Amino acid sequence: MTESEATVPAHTGSRTTRLLGLATLVGIAVVLVLGLVVTGPDAVQGDAARLIYLHVPVAVAMNVGFGLTTLGSVMWLWKKSRWWDTVAVSACEVGLVYTGLTLVTGMVWGRPTWGVYWTWDARLTTFSLLFLLYLGYLVVRHLPAETEVRNRRSAYVALLAFVDVPIVYLSVSWWRGLHQSATLSLSSTISGLMLFTLMTGMIVALMGFAWLLIHRFRVAWLEDELDSVGLELAISERRAEAGMTSVNVPATVEAVVR
Amino acid sequence: MTQWGYVTVGYVLVFVVLAVYAVRTLLKGRALSKQVPPESRRWM
Repeated sequence: MTESEATVPAHTGSRTTRLLGLATLVGIAVVLVLGLVVTGPDAVQGDAARLIYLHVPVAVAMNVGFGLTTLGSVMWLWKKSRWWDTVAVSACEVGLVYTGLTLVTGMVWGRPTWGVYWTWDARLTTFSLLFLLYLGYLVVRHLPAETEVRNRRSAYVALLAFVDVPIVYLSVSWWRGLHQSATLSLSSTISGLMLFTLMTGMIVALMGFAWLLIHRFRVAWLEDELDSVGLELAISERRAEAGMTSVNVPATVEAVVR
Repeated sequence: MTQWGYVTVGYVLVFVVLAVYAVRTLLKGRALSKQVPPESRRWM
């Protein structure tokens, strides 16, 4: 083991992620106490309304994720920067996890409130379409293609998918349905301790999202490193097979082969 | 099921899913890090 290998730990953690992770765990404990103990039941929905302290925060974090996917895609199309493409794909995957959680918590909340887990309400329909669109992004991402072609395809899919984000938000205003109007808007009636708990939940959800995003970004970065090393290795082998006397194997390839 | 039952299911589902995803990401990061030279994984 070289000195460099000894000083660079073989994981995706860093001082920043450790501090952020610790703060997120403390925040989760605070939200649990606030949401389940300190804050009282809602006057209309009773205790079921406690799901709002999860449902809305994960939805907000999901929107941040898809916003970053769009930003990363636009920046890749503009700058052709690997860093931005990695941001886009990482934010999409973490955002998709949060989308699934928003769907599930909504369904669990819907059963005691509406009497059903699922209904083809405008918000639920446009939201499930959003889930499928970003799932499509990841599918396109895994189609076999050259890196630049893959990145361009997925960037266009991300731009197309983002059209549904404002539609999801406005669906409760545009169409009459079971889903209540937006919890966070100028006309919303939530206030006091409920609002404080909700805001705390959102901060913690965003901290958790940031922690996951940083780790996922580093994993995606490592995957790309390995892909490029594999390609360089294959080229070197082909050159060697063709009988080229001077085979120039890059240092990174040597390190992996070794 | 009571309202508290739905609340419990919702909270447990969210934290279990996030924990599983976090552990999966960390393990994947560890496995990949071992295959990549140190100069390619210098995190801030």
